[in-house]
Amino acid sequence: MSQATQHAVPTGSWNADTVHSTVGFAVPYLMGTFQGTFSEFEARLSDGALSGSAAVGSVEVKDPNLSTHLQSPDFFDAERFPRLSFEANDISRSGDDLTIGGELTLKGHTEPVEIQGHVNDPGPDPYGGERFGLQLETKVDRTKFGLNWNNPLPSGDPALANEVTIIVDLQLVKES
Amino acid sequence: MKVLGISGSLRRNSHNTRLLRAAGEIVEEHGGEFEVFDGLKAIPPYDEDDDGPQSPPAVERLRRAIAGADAVLFATPEYNSSIPGVLKNAVDWVSRPLATSPLRNKPVAVIGASTGMFGAVWAQAELRKVLAATGARVTEVELAVGHAHEHLDEAGHPTDPAQEEALYDSVLVLLGELQNVEVAA
Repeated sequence: MSQATQHAVPTGSWNADTVHSTVGFAVPYLMGTFQGTFSEFEARLSDGALSGSAAVGSVEVKDPNLSTHLQSPDFFDAERFPRLSFEANDISRSGDDLTIGGELTLKGHTEPVEIQGHVNDPGPDPYGGERFGLQLETKVDRTKFGLNWNNPLPSGDPALANEVTIIVDLQLVKES
Repeated sequence: MKVLGISGSLRRNSHNTRLLRAAGEIVEEHGGEFEVFDGLKAIPPYDEDDDGPQSPPAVERLRRAIAGADAVLFATPEYNSSIPGVLKNAVDWVSRPLATSPLRNKPVAVIGASTGMFGAVWAQAELRKVLAATGARVTEVELAVGHAHEHLDEAGHPTDPAQEEALYDSVLVLLGELQNVEVAA
């Protein structure tokens, strides 16, 4: 049956349409969840291997002072480690759900990560190309990557959680 | 390779200023230039109304001194378990605006001395936190000279050999950070 030969992700080479894709993160902060995105990134799927990177200096949050602090050695250290990157070639599929094993490199530290994902199968787009969608999410401990900043709340509890959710929503366009 | 020293004490015969000068000798032994900033007392209290393209000259002088140095070594006493106001005030001035502060990505180290027994450890910890918030590259060095009136010689060197070694190590870690920067560039 054809299901037996179905690939987890489309074959061939595909590149992210960065206008219609998002790479971001969410982390519990104070009494809610703080979110940010990276405006400069790239992602590619080629021969079953998924890779991508983002310029940490392009982090976008709603306050320029916070953006500057996030680029400092307290957090991403954009001067010394300008990009975060990701690589994976262990991708399995069940229905439209994906499980991806890969490695995330951030601030000079490389750690294994397991990603949960969802795939929207390829179809023609309005621009004459072909594209498919990937929604990916994983949780990482930021302290494993040397992002250790914190401040105590009045209660004494830390203001910022260590567990960060990385959220990626990609539209990948087939290479012509 | 130029290192700027900033003492959190204004007193003429300050233990921290002498400790900085001793650190400066070590910088010079390793081929670097060292200068102690002497204009902290002239810096007015921070007032956003006075901040902008035309900051007070004393503030501009500190900004230029930090911008012109490859690294900054702070030595601080401790007032009421924290950073002396004059030093915190100076850091607040030069931290703004954050995106263009001369402290941003600047390798810095904090050491300290006090006449009490703990060597300004809490002031040092708070100063490291403040400097990190400005975007400075805070190196992990430790030197807390307690009972400084008894434990520093005339030139500002710790009389305890272990603390003198810690002073050397602190300077070497800071200078090592500069080499990292040069390699990365």
